[in-house]
Amino acid sequence: MLSVRGLTKSFGGFVAVSDVSFEVSEGELLGLIGPNGSGKSTTFNLIAGTLKPTAGSIRFEGEEIGGLAAHQVCHMGLARTFQIPRPFRKLGIRENVTLAAYYGRHGRVGRDEAEALAVEALETVGLPSDAATTTEGLGAAGLKKLELARALSTQPRLLLADESLGGLDVAEMDQAAEMLERIRTEKGITIVWVEHIMGVLMRVVDRVIVLDHGEKIFEGLPADAARDRRVAEVYLGTQH
Amino acid sequence: MMTIRWPLALLFAVLLLLPLGLQDYLLHMAIQILIWGFVYTGWSVMGRFGQVSLGHGAFLGVGAYTTALLWNNFGLVPWIGIPIGVAFAVLLALVIGYPCFRLKVVGHYFALVTLALSQVVLLSIVAARDITGGSLGMTPNSVGQSSWLALQFTSKMHWYFVALAVWAFGLWVWVKVDRGMGRAAMEAVSEDETAAAAVGINVTREKLRVTVISAAMTAFGGALFGQYQMYLNPETLSGIGVSLQIVFAAIAGGMYSLLGPTVGALLTIALTEGLRIGFGTTLIGAANTIYGILLILFIIFMPRGITGFFGAWTKRRAATAAATT
Repeated sequence: MLSVRGLTKSFGGFVAVSDVSFEVSEGELLGLIGPNGSGKSTTFNLIAGTLKPTAGSIRFEGEEIGGLAAHQVCHMGLARTFQIPRPFRKLGIRENVTLAAYYGRHGRVGRDEAEALAVEALETVGLPSDAATTTEGLGAAGLKKLELARALSTQPRLLLADESLGGLDVAEMDQAAEMLERIRTEKGITIVWVEHIMGVLMRVVDRVIVLDHGEKIFEGLPADAARDRRVAEVYLGTQH
Repeated sequence: MMTIRWPLALLFAVLLLLPLGLQDYLLHMAIQILIWGFVYTGWSVMGRFGQVSLGHGAFLGVGAYTTALLWNNFGLVPWIGIPIGVAFAVLLALVIGYPCFRLKVVGHYFALVTLALSQVVLLSIVAARDITGGSLGMTPNSVGQSSWLALQFTSKMHWYFVALAVWAFGLWVWVKVDRGMGRAAMEAVSEDETAAAAVGINVTREKLRVTVISAAMTAFGGALFGQYQMYLNPETLSGIGVSLQIVFAAIAGGMYSLLGPTVGALLTIALTEGLRIGFGTTLIGAANTIYGILLILFIIFMPRGITGFFGAWTKRRAATAAATT
């Protein structure tokens, strides 16, 4: 479904992502992990169109999307969330999501339909769907849910979830992981989940890719990742 | 929306009957308030979304001069001249807006670009003095009588109703923009362009949309003002002075509400006239100084303008009244 080949991004002399390749198949829940500065967020921003790749190709359902603008990527059916939630504070919760439903579908839905999609997305993530509630009362978990609802309302076939769990407590983390799993199974949306907290992610994902210093150092089952020497080194430091 | 409909209908009724009781001088004031109210409303269509243009004088000048030059040199009536002037202003808005929005020139930098733009138009008008009359200004050829075709009227009453219709049209455009999904999109864009793009909003397109609407309205207002005054001066229809006056009026009146810019027009016209009557020619240019000082005060103490301030005040009062009963 998504095919990344030789993806490279350099900022001046610094190479943030170096020759990374991987495939995501339809219906998969893929984890993309790595410590801070490993290039996972950059990879993610390259796919979402927020950054333009220096080299390499990104194909989504057979079409090249590398270098497209963010809104075009969204129109193709690829939605994203942000690591640090970026709600539109001037708009209410439902208006935030309605906006995404309306523009995310690129004029293919009317205003009423967008509103209905927004209510549905808000119910999926468990946020109030009335028109009056503002974003003011939302805590870290609520804002992350809003990010998710906004992404879902654009009716994506592939969801890029960026570090969904940062800033959450253990119960909230479990809840969030469960929600991603549910979105995958109930809505049939393929998910790439970027995260630096390994624990919860490893229980849920089908497959995991580990990045370090902009390079892919592991790809495979979560159980194998836990036994992999290089992954352990990256996360725990070198043992002598 | 029933809440704003009644007062608005009442306002229109009063405005329709108003000229019956007014002398020519007050009618002249009213016409200016309506035309400038229309221009300020046009500015706020983009200004309210944080797209602060300090160069709307450019559009004003393009609209007014195109219309007058086509009339004087080619005999093209304003009915054709104004649309062409508006089209030029739209083109100018696109030429300036597109690269700015694509290259993410935002905030202060965008304001500076527009500031330069207004001055470029002013200098161009002055430089082309052979056809524009330069800094001495120009006068559209008069037909000597009231003529709908030439859009020239000897009676102020005619002008009043023309200005009223155009002003009402401006309010209609403002409401259209306010009620559409485009408003929410622009609110989002003004807050966070990256997040807006991520939910599928074409940021450049949405910004261009409000910029073009705003430029078109301003050019239209400029052309109309030129027709009304029958005299065009580069200083009053382009350049930094008038551009800042537009900004001041829209902010002071309140750019987030429908009638705010019109209240701003009332304020600027009253101020200019008050100074002229009170101090005659001894204080020429004082208006701009006072605008500057007032602008600072407004931005600090009443950032939502007069209408925004009183809107909040009546709401607070209603809340306290409800709490005490």
